[in-house]
Amino acid sequence: MSVLQTKGLTKRYAGLTAVDGVDLTVETGEIHALIGPNGAGKSTLVGMVAGRTEPTSGEVWFKGENVTRLPAHARIRRGMAYTFQITSIYNQLSLLGNLELALRDSDPAKARAALDRVGLADRAEQLAGDLAYGHQRLLEIAMGVAQDPTLLILDEPTQGLAESEIAEFNALIASLAGDTTILLIEHNMNVVMELAHRITVLETGAVLASGAPAEIKANPEVQEAYLGHADA
Amino acid sequence: MTRSIALHLGLIAALVAAGLMLPAYHQGNLARILVLATYAMGYNVLFGYTGLLSLGHAMFFGAGMYGLGLAMQHGGVPALPAFGIGLAAAAALSAIVAMLALRTIGVAFMIVTLMFAQSAYLTVLYFGEWTRGDEGFVLQQATRQIAGLDLTNPLIRYYAALTVFTAALVITARMMQVRFGHTLIAIRENEERTRMLGYNTQAHKFAALVISGTLAGAAGASYALLFGYVGATFTSVQYSIFPLLWVLLGGAGTTIGPFIGTLFMFYLIDTTSGFTNAYLMIVGLVLVLLTLFARAGIMGEVRKRFAPWLP
Amino acid sequence: MEFGPHLLLATLEGAVGAAVLALTALGLSLVFGVMRVVNVAHGEFYMLGAVLAWVVATAVGGHPALGFVAALLIAPVVAAIIAAIADLTVLKRVDYDPEATIVATIGLLYIMQQAALMWYGPEARAVEPPFNHRLAIPWFEWGENGFEMYYPWGLSTTSYKLFVIAAALLILAGFLALMTKTKIGLVMRATQLDRDTATTFGIPVERVYALVFGLGAGLAALAAVLIVPITQAHYLMGHDPLLLSFIVVIISGLGSVRGTLVAALLIGMSDGIISVFFSPTLAKILATLLVALVLVFRPQGLYGKKPA
Repeated sequence: MSVLQTKGLTKRYAGLTAVDGVDLTVETGEIHALIGPNGAGKSTLVGMVAGRTEPTSGEVWFKGENVTRLPAHARIRRGMAYTFQITSIYNQLSLLGNLELALRDSDPAKARAALDRVGLADRAEQLAGDLAYGHQRLLEIAMGVAQDPTLLILDEPTQGLAESEIAEFNALIASLAGDTTILLIEHNMNVVMELAHRITVLETGAVLASGAPAEIKANPEVQEAYLGHADA
Repeated sequence: MTRSIALHLGLIAALVAAGLMLPAYHQGNLARILVLATYAMGYNVLFGYTGLLSLGHAMFFGAGMYGLGLAMQHGGVPALPAFGIGLAAAAALSAIVAMLALRTIGVAFMIVTLMFAQSAYLTVLYFGEWTRGDEGFVLQQATRQIAGLDLTNPLIRYYAALTVFTAALVITARMMQVRFGHTLIAIRENEERTRMLGYNTQAHKFAALVISGTLAGAAGASYALLFGYVGATFTSVQYSIFPLLWVLLGGAGTTIGPFIGTLFMFYLIDTTSGFTNAYLMIVGLVLVLLTLFARAGIMGEVRKRFAPWLP
Repeated sequence: MEFGPHLLLATLEGAVGAAVLALTALGLSLVFGVMRVVNVAHGEFYMLGAVLAWVVATAVGGHPALGFVAALLIAPVVAAIIAAIADLTVLKRVDYDPEATIVATIGLLYIMQQAALMWYGPEARAVEPPFNHRLAIPWFEWGENGFEMYYPWGLSTTSYKLFVIAAALLILAGFLALMTKTKIGLVMRATQLDRDTATTFGIPVERVYALVFGLGAGLAALAAVLIVPITQAHYLMGHDPLLLSFIVVIISGLGSVRGTLVAALLIGMSDGIISVFFSPTLAKILATLLVALVLVFRPQGLYGKKPA
């Protein structure tokens, strides 16, 4: 069964079509990577999935329910979690405070456990704003993971992370596989190839190809449009 | 948590004692300060905790004041139910304003609240036949009593003001201990993040504005009832700026900051107006100096330097 | 007076108001457009212009025209310098944070207003116009004896009022030329488009901001010098122009010059016309509510395009 399905999802801004009739299906338990050059509409697409952006037309189905008209917070309550491309945490609150809000539960034990999972438990009382960039990124991801979501949406999670931190991130995401379905926007092809079960390639707002990593790698169109480029 | 309870109990105990010990002049001042601080606490719910800067809270203060005042003056309603009418008027007005103004954010929110308050002020002037406009009207002494207590008696008046103040303090302090208050702070710190963690931020902002406006209305109704005067000045722009000033000075987002700010500002203006008619200069100077040097205000600086536990 | 002549009179009064409002609102719009901050003290620079006009005109003495010309040259410059100093000492230091700027300019509003009260006093004082001829206006009508021309009683204006309209138009033309034809105008527009890019291209953004803030205040002061021979200088006179300028800038969509002029004409004229025929308070209530609703439902203004 698919957790997430979009049907003809489209977003037009004054004269510009950012996302053009995308049909995307994400199966239960898979790690689904969304790749494509800058400006291909990846962030707009997941924005519409999570309810941050209102689609011009098309539908979003989540766990068999049409959620197109639901506001973002209601989708999150139904089991989506969303992490931002640009780190978005509560700088003025402690790490515990951040996690308590993410958990929607003020039990510090649960928040601590969630921090432990990303190796930040020893910094629980610190202000999130005082963390180093890589740790802030981890906190952002921890806030998504902590919600124990059905679908975890990660928008460029490894951006700005060091190699060692990327390895930790890969291990964390791999440990979730099976229970949590993950929709991942990612530029780092090593991460994509290591984690993804399936890959969808977007170009100028439309799906160029979709399939297993090996198929995508072998697809000449994809190579032409994307993999051959410098930013891959 | 216990330190915080001790702080609040200590403050209230000190104020109870002050009522008996202060000379008449300062007792009268403090009664006024307590009512105005209630107004500031209401403002703080929206500005200090939720992060929404309103430039129009005088309309809520005025709704409480005129709700009570007009009901007593023209409707012959006794004081206690009139107080209820004042509260209801403020709650209803803040709900309407919330529905419209919360569609905007940032600077637009400030201007929209300013514009609504300006319309409310002009409306008071327009219906001068009943409101007597800028001149205002005086509530009959004989009607100003609740359950046989004569609210014109200075001592009773002081404790009535303290009761209203305490109620508002307990409400806001308690609110900040529960999830609802934490969510407001989360909205202030990062609204989009909060929304994407599954919180209905719009509903929380709505509730915060209605609570804030109703507390401001409670202060307005109390002011009219305890000091017997209702006038359009209290709905003017100046009375929208005052709570902002008090809260900024005392410390936005702290429970007792609004009281500290109101207390300081009241005596600062009281002293200054003794030797110049341009005493509002002080308001301007304090506003500029606060934005330049102490954005956190008095209690905010105390929290930063000495007492991070301060609620 | 009959309806027709009455309307013409109201229109003339409205045009004077609109001309002055256009200058004032343009100042506010310029500051918002380039610096992205709202100057709540804008009305006080208007007040400052009027008060300075009185001070200068009184000091100069002699023929009213001498004092007026001196005021026209000195008052806006002084207001602009004070504004530039305020920008450098206050706004720059809060890093033009929108909310902090509003709070700080509210503070400046009180400081300037109360300073005027301390040094200038609570009186309203008039400045004599440089010239002031009463001009009767003819009215044409198709009557019993065919086409008639007559001078209805009360239908008149003054040469000075016509001068205000003409002067305002001249200043507006000059301002537009400054913005589009000169290097400094180009620099301001570049800063408006993108502060960071402007910095990379070596534009001294901080000095541009001080200049823009000064220019905005100067426009308000200039408008006040023009109007003060018709109204009077008073320390509380900044309130209405501020509110009206807000209305204009909101209606026109924040920061657009052409929209500002159209909206100023609309608001200034309707303010003049409405207050001749209706209760001014009711008109103001409705206008204020309407503007608030515009900001709620069409934040890009009535003329602006919806941002993508």
